[in-house]
Amino acid sequence: MAEDSASIRSLRSPLGRVRGMGSAKGGTHHWWMQRVTSIALLPLSIWLIFSLARLMGAEYGVVLEWIGNTFNAVLLLAFLTAAFHHAAAGLQVVIEDYVRGELKRFAAICVVNGLAVLLWLAASLSVLRIAL
Amino acid sequence: MARIKDAREAAMVGRRSDGTLTRRPLSPHLQVYDMMQMTSLLSILHRISGVAWCAGLVLLSWWLIAAGTGESAFGAAQWFFGSFLGWVALFGLTVAAWYHTCAGIRHLFWDAGRGFAMEDAYRSGRMVVIGTAVLTILTWLLILV
Repeated sequence: MAEDSASIRSLRSPLGRVRGMGSAKGGTHHWWMQRVTSIALLPLSIWLIFSLARLMGAEYGVVLEWIGNTFNAVLLLAFLTAAFHHAAAGLQVVIEDYVRGELKRFAAICVVNGLAVLLWLAASLSVLRIAL
Repeated sequence: MARIKDAREAAMVGRRSDGTLTRRPLSPHLQVYDMMQMTSLLSILHRISGVAWCAGLVLLSWWLIAAGTGESAFGAAQWFFGSFLGWVALFGLTVAAWYHTCAGIRHLFWDAGRGFAMEDAYRSGRMVVIGTAVLTILTWLLILV
């Protein structure tokens, strides 16, 4: 009975309701990935901050050795990947909240995501270069 | 009324009692809230510290890229981080990073549907502030000692 009246009231197709993608066609993907990356970043950023704190002012050779260590290099790459995804996703929400005008908003989101990808690639390449 | 530049503003058009069109105020109604309450203040700080972390990511990338480039590039980066401005930036970033981490855990609990009662929200807020202070002091003890 309740389902009956719901199907009369709603103009959404049953398939659309099951898919749950909404008008943006992305569903909860953006929100969900932000939570997943945040959980990954919890241990990674604790490790990174304390590691960097101990490396403050270290000699070039010591830093190269630290980055080149396989364990550190893997965690650094994992951190960079999760962090840039999380940062771009967060900045996108900030832009969506404050930037007015469809075109300006779209352009700002493209620029932020593009810069995040470029910086992520450059930093990761650098880690690989030192570690390999 | 000015031309509407954003599709979302179409829903925010209202009429005054004399019939002329006006733009209704848009949420989050900054003018009616006390932004200095702990709950709202910590919420705003979570966003600000997140943006600060983004600047920190840029600095971290600079440091890594400089290390991969060579000794002189790395020296320039180390010179900045060792300068007064560098120390101020790093201290601010440590606070922002730990705050965003602690407040992020609080947000994950909220996402799981826990801790919404008023007294719980205030208690978790106090825990976030204390956690940030403790972790920041711990980090700088590690740096300075």
